[in-house]
Amino acid sequence: MSTMRKIVIVGATSAMAEHCARLWLQQGVDEMVLIGRDVQRTERVAADLRVRAPQCRIETISSDFLQPEAIARTVDQACNTINPDIVLIAHGSLPEQADCQQDLQQNRAALEVNALSPVLFAEAFATHLEQAGQGKLVLIGSVAGDRGRKSNYVYGAAKGLVTRYAQGLQHRFAGSRIQVLLVKPGPTDTPMTAHIKSSGAKLASVEQVAANIVSGVARGKMVIYAPAKWQLIMLIIRHLPRVIFNQMNI
Amino acid sequence: MKVYSWGRLSGEPHAVSMLASAGSLPALADGQRALPHGMGRSYGDSCLNPQGTLWKTTALDHYVSFDPESGLLVCEAGVLLRDIQRTFIPRGWILPVTPGTQLVTVGGAIANDVHGKNHHVHGSFGDHVRQLRLLRTDGSVIECGPEQNAEWFAATVGGLGLTGVITQACLQLRPVAGPWMETETCPYHSLDDFFQLADTSEAQWEHTVSWIDCMSGSHSRGIFMRGNPAAADISQPEPAAKALTVPLVPPVSLINPLSLRPFNAAYFHAQARKSGRRIQHYAGYFYPLDNLLEWNRIYGPRGFYQYQSVVPRHVGQDAVAAMLKEITRSGAGSFLAVLKTFGNRQAVGMMSFPQPGVTLALDFPNKGASTLALFQRLDAIVREAGGRLYMAKDARMPRDLFEAGYPRLAEFLNYRDPGLSSALSRRLIGY
Repeated sequence: MSTMRKIVIVGATSAMAEHCARLWLQQGVDEMVLIGRDVQRTERVAADLRVRAPQCRIETISSDFLQPEAIARTVDQACNTINPDIVLIAHGSLPEQADCQQDLQQNRAALEVNALSPVLFAEAFATHLEQAGQGKLVLIGSVAGDRGRKSNYVYGAAKGLVTRYAQGLQHRFAGSRIQVLLVKPGPTDTPMTAHIKSSGAKLASVEQVAANIVSGVARGKMVIYAPAKWQLIMLIIRHLPRVIFNQMNI
Repeated sequence: MKVYSWGRLSGEPHAVSMLASAGSLPALADGQRALPHGMGRSYGDSCLNPQGTLWKTTALDHYVSFDPESGLLVCEAGVLLRDIQRTFIPRGWILPVTPGTQLVTVGGAIANDVHGKNHHVHGSFGDHVRQLRLLRTDGSVIECGPEQNAEWFAATVGGLGLTGVITQACLQLRPVAGPWMETETCPYHSLDDFFQLADTSEAQWEHTVSWIDCMSGSHSRGIFMRGNPAAADISQPEPAAKALTVPLVPPVSLINPLSLRPFNAAYFHAQARKSGRRIQHYAGYFYPLDNLLEWNRIYGPRGFYQYQSVVPRHVGQDAVAAMLKEITRSGAGSFLAVLKTFGNRQAVGMMSFPQPGVTLALDFPNKGASTLALFQRLDAIVREAGGRLYMAKDARMPRDLFEAGYPRLAEFLNYRDPGLSSALSRRLIGY
């Protein structure tokens, strides 16, 4: 695993990010930088990972996630600490669609944290990776970004923006030693989706999704559906004729 | 959403929410009561709160610290025993006590004061908890342990999550050479043989347990298994974890009178052929069923009961013989029948199950009235022997047997959290 020794994770307190970190540490990582909004919660994750892998040096940075200057500063600080082989940008929050329709303030907040924030981080890291000449930049999109649906289009639109942004970065770095990888998880059983789960939906386990992400990243897959079955499901949903799609309550 | 316990006897609606932080509990609406819920591996109704709230603890899965000098591990309560074993056995530390599945949380292991095959040497899970943190629904936090707030500790170990939500615990791990066990399998052909094997094994063997063929009538044959951690690390490749899942709930129980007799006979002879000593990986030895995910489905749509009792040693042989006779007579039967002796020690929890004596655990497919009638006859034997039933397995014990079996109940009630309740607590304690 000589190519995966140094890792930066943005949004390190997300359950998905944490489980990826645990798997990477099992494979052997020398240094890790965890970036989070909340100092205490980020430290809680760092303490856990330090127990799991005492040989790995783990640093934390807490940062504002919306201010462009703060993002630039945080990314500089992370890349001055280590020269990352993998950068995982994993933060997000799942808003209530109905709330976003009624309250533009919440709508805007959802778009900012799920779309603007991750792509600004991605852009800032892209500059550093370009200078270093190598590295994997992993963005978490969502199956929700593949087609707008009435139940979830604010979140879906934000993730759609991340998808296009990742595409652009992939185009920009084509043929170089920099890889930009986009993960599209299906609904996953994490604290973020607890309110979906209580309605009885069957969700993928976060361990399963993290294992899909980690193996997809190792193989350098440009688009990683997690679990893989979502690739087929979304292929169908994207291509459903509007007449049929409009009758679906999804 | 509908929630089932391991026995799958009922699937009633619950409001389920996941605890995201170990620092505070969500607010409860007036009159609403909640119950902390880990992996849902309790068989009966102790992990259910129908029409109420369940707080899932599985996202509280962070280690806090580990001291490689002393073996003290501090972790959140949703950490799985599986993860502790996988993280620390390669570093030379192991959980001193583990039940027959590692797919349970630390909080659940404490709240049920679970036991393993080595009770005669290391007691139950609670014996190795140095401290725990209890979050009460009134917002207060209680740190307790064997020396600090000892009464709260004694109420919470084995307290079924009713004294508050356990959010964090400090566990004493035990040094171990590696992941291997030296085991020996000995077939036996009578209860006399079993007790003799148990008595002669306890001094030399850390782990003892037996499977008993409850269809064999008065001749009570079985397989006695004993094991010790292998002294030095053995350089064998560790087996790859291969798990199968029971893919669906069959329309009828696959464990039934037609299947059981040949099944048990085949199992007895297959195990008897393997008798003698060998080296086994800890996961296969401790957790034989963990590689068959959702095995509880084999009992069909009506689910199954587990009946686990412990009776004092001096009446143990007669009581066990009487119970086996009742089961044979009823024609119901159990494949997963486990017979084991407990060591001569008192558990730390007021409501802990283990006590000196012999414990018999049996699975029965739910056949309604006839199954419940059999349990009444078994209850009578347990009651007369001065024994008790294990609440983690129970979905139906009568109140008088519960109260007779758990004499510290009145004391325990002083420590209940009025915001917490379970189906079991409503059935046996009123709320």
